[in-house]
Amino acid sequence: MRFVSFILGLAFSAVALAQSAPVKIGIGIAQTGTLGGGGKAALLALQMWVEDVNAKGGLLGRKVELLAYDDQSNPATTPGIYTKLLDVDKVDLLIAPYGTVPTAPIMPLVKQRGLLLMGNFSFQVNHTVKHDMWFNNAPWGDATSWTEGFLRIGQNIGAQTIAFIAADQEFAQNLANGAKEIAKKSGLKTVYEQNYPPATVDFSAMIRAIRAAKPDMVFVCSYPNDSVAIVRAVNEIGVGPTVKLFGGGMVGLQFTPVMESLGSSLNGIVNYHSYVPGMKYPGIEDFLQRYAKKAAEAKVDPLGFYLPPFNYAIGQILEQAVAATKSLDQKLLARHLHSHEFNTIVGPISWGPDGERARPAVPMIQFRNVADKNVEQFRQIGKQVILHPPQFKSGDPVVPYEKARGGN
Amino acid sequence: MKFWIGMAVTVALAAGLALSRTNEYFFYAGFVVLQFVVLATAWNILGGYAGYVNFGTAAFFGIGAYTAVVLFKAAGAPLALQILAAAVISGLLGFGTGLLTLRLRGIFFSIATVAVIFIMETAMVNWRYVGGATGMQLLRPPVMEPFESYTRMLFVTMAILAVIAVSIARYIEVSWIGRGLRAIRDSEEAAECFGVPTLQLKLFACTVSGALMGAAGAAMPMYMSFIEPPSSFSLTYSVSALAMPMIGGTSHWLGPVIGAILLGSVQQIVTVTISNEINVLVVGVLLVVFVVAAPDGVLGLLKKLRWWLRSSR
Amino acid sequence: MSFELLLEAIVFGVLLGCFYAAVSIGLSVAFGLLDVPHVAHPAIMVLGSYCTYVLGRYGWDPIVAGIALMPLFFLLGVAIYRFYYESFEKRGSDAGVRGLAFFFGLAFIIEVGLILVFGVDQRMVEAAYIGRSLALGEFRIPWRMVVAFGVALALTAGLTIYLSRTFTGRAIKAVAQDEPALRLMGANPVRIKQWAFGIATGVTALAGAMLIVVGPVEPSLDRVYIGRTFAVVVLAGLGSMTGTLAAGLILGISESIVLMQFGASWAPAVAFGLLLVALGIRPQGLFGR
Repeated sequence: MRFVSFILGLAFSAVALAQSAPVKIGIGIAQTGTLGGGGKAALLALQMWVEDVNAKGGLLGRKVELLAYDDQSNPATTPGIYTKLLDVDKVDLLIAPYGTVPTAPIMPLVKQRGLLLMGNFSFQVNHTVKHDMWFNNAPWGDATSWTEGFLRIGQNIGAQTIAFIAADQEFAQNLANGAKEIAKKSGLKTVYEQNYPPATVDFSAMIRAIRAAKPDMVFVCSYPNDSVAIVRAVNEIGVGPTVKLFGGGMVGLQFTPVMESLGSSLNGIVNYHSYVPGMKYPGIEDFLQRYAKKAAEAKVDPLGFYLPPFNYAIGQILEQAVAATKSLDQKLLARHLHSHEFNTIVGPISWGPDGERARPAVPMIQFRNVADKNVEQFRQIGKQVILHPPQFKSGDPVVPYEKARGGN
Repeated sequence: MKFWIGMAVTVALAAGLALSRTNEYFFYAGFVVLQFVVLATAWNILGGYAGYVNFGTAAFFGIGAYTAVVLFKAAGAPLALQILAAAVISGLLGFGTGLLTLRLRGIFFSIATVAVIFIMETAMVNWRYVGGATGMQLLRPPVMEPFESYTRMLFVTMAILAVIAVSIARYIEVSWIGRGLRAIRDSEEAAECFGVPTLQLKLFACTVSGALMGAAGAAMPMYMSFIEPPSSFSLTYSVSALAMPMIGGTSHWLGPVIGAILLGSVQQIVTVTISNEINVLVVGVLLVVFVVAAPDGVLGLLKKLRWWLRSSR
Repeated sequence: MSFELLLEAIVFGVLLGCFYAAVSIGLSVAFGLLDVPHVAHPAIMVLGSYCTYVLGRYGWDPIVAGIALMPLFFLLGVAIYRFYYESFEKRGSDAGVRGLAFFFGLAFIIEVGLILVFGVDQRMVEAAYIGRSLALGEFRIPWRMVVAFGVALALTAGLTIYLSRTFTGRAIKAVAQDEPALRLMGANPVRIKQWAFGIATGVTALAGAMLIVVGPVEPSLDRVYIGRTFAVVVLAGLGSMTGTLAAGLILGISESIVLMQFGASWAPAVAFGLLLVALGIRPQGLFGR
């Protein structure tokens, strides 16, 4: 009898130990570098989800542990980080880095190892590798979904010519190439196009050239550091009286620290976003309030409009998929994700066969009446006026750009 | 004879490890250490033997990587062919660089080699075929038997390359070429007076050095499954390839090997446990410490230790 | 290529070129006159930029901060030279290679140190003249470039006058020309070189302040400036201050025109290309001694 109870005791402790092994989720996410401003907020949202899910008992009865490393917005670091997560930390699930540029290098790796990857605001990063276990959380799909809003707004106010400047990196090139094709099909004439190396800091020469070409619209595809430099350059030397719309694909103008430091220089710019106050989704107001408290403690972006809700949604999607399939098997989860729709705090999410959103809708907003050095002003409706899509629209564009900017 | 046995043992060891159950990450990190053995040995042929400090390692390494990418993209070439082609192209670049700069002395030569890095990087940034500044994703071909994974195969490949590089360095060191290079290092003017063909020897060393660095670079794109200019032409390669022989000892072929294994292993351990930055700091600090306090490197220290032990008896 | 754009590019190039000259003038003294293989010069300049940034957080104007930092950097320069002299120059010929490696290592240590303290993020300063431009008809010239140009001109002129008119200045030139003769005349060349290196480093502090006025800085910025500063110094001819200004202008204008014609992806290669051409065709530079 004592022998049996001894064996049973061993067995129970073995089971208990196995059950207490946490579910490890791994991510390399920018905390410094050009994308750091957004990455910090995104990581906070993910950590909030981990706390919430652990309070409810975890995944499959096991605690969830999030392992995050800083990729410094540098694509050269991500293969090493994800190899380490897989082979040293031995994680069970992977979330992609924030942004197209750090994500691009690991697409071959996850495809060849047959791993599920939850995308994090990349743009068309899967279009060459065509991995079938990729699921992107962003509200856009292909270039049409992103640019048609901008181009339609422009054409509605009589624009006929367009200029393109794009960084020479994966995100900007994907977007610019798609946008140029759509512009051509829409009958717009391209009067200037220029690519620039990602490390460019001085845009005066390019802005001068744009001014000389006299376009009606300027479509910019840039990452936060260059977006800031471009906005400053435009405010420094002006882009000319012909330009009606300026912006389009400028990453970083959604990060709170950037918005705070640029202040009134933002006025007039028409740019993409993912969520601004005024858009109604179930559960988002409550999330933003809780987030604001945690962000104040962590001294991170206090508004949390752009990335945090969508990163929390990644967590919600994983939670629902793991609970439904009752496993962590990559293939099983991928099949489940392809065939279902998921309710999140940013609305229902489902994907097409390429892993991008089945029903994309990219808001285009215009900055209006923004004052300097004021973070809380962005909570008010009217600072980021929604021009597109129609179901969220809250105003018409103010043109020309130089007038909307209040410039010289 | 002992040397060849040692080399055979090294290759056998590498292959044995690759076929064993050792953790995958060991090969991921080990590849980098072996890569630095090749780079350090290649650097030392010109830098240690001849005394011409080459800061342009990153240029030859990067061009080797891009050559491999071009062959892979254009013709799906196998790895061995990529490495061979990379060695040829980087060797040519080494020859060209030598022609242009070897008439310059000291710091001018070194600064000129830095210029080559940036010019090559700019050229690749402007070449859309290899992805420009955006870079390119690369899907590895299926791994051949008996290796379990592509990384393990790359590990063994790099071990073989390391053996080849060290053999070439040793041959140069003991032959008349080595004697000529040492004469150049001690006093170039005197060597010329004695009829040593200094320009030809320097060109030879530059070409061989560049070719080996290119061969090391060729495996990089497949290792990362990705290539882009800034990391392929990073000055960190130049500093490491210079620091490792200085730390190990520049007058003997064993020096770069010791330096690369020591410093490379420390770097990999630090990267996994602490951070990537500290790893570059380690290189810089150790370089300065050894250059100031132990100019003959670890080998020099060992020699002094042996002499001190012998004389105190 | 319109004439207006070309004119704007040239004007911008002149402003930029003068800035490059000021940034290189410390190297002109350290390397041109003293033969120190100072590849860490751009790294010290970036260090100066970050110090300016820190002072800027307390409300200091960047140019004022740069001037205030000069004495501190002077002392830093003296210390570095002393260390270099004791470890390398005293020990003879082989020291050349190792001295070079030392400065390379130092540059890396500074760069990584900055990353550890400040991270890889870009840093900027705010000032009244940053963000606005001077409007001349259709032309818009950013005020930050004009300010950098003015400071650069003053710095170059100041240093040239110092080297040719004052006693210590002429002693520095003497040490560069003929050290044994100077020793025979009873002056201590080591103390003079130390002083000169200190001045070169002090000047670099102000150059760093200008660097962060002209644009945002990040720790790895020193890498591309190795090419620019050495291109200017070599093109100028070792030891010539006016040559530095001329070479700086040549570099600035060529870079500006390449930028306008071929785009920003070719601009970094201009400095290094000019450097190779100078080394290949006329290593003694335009005004060499």
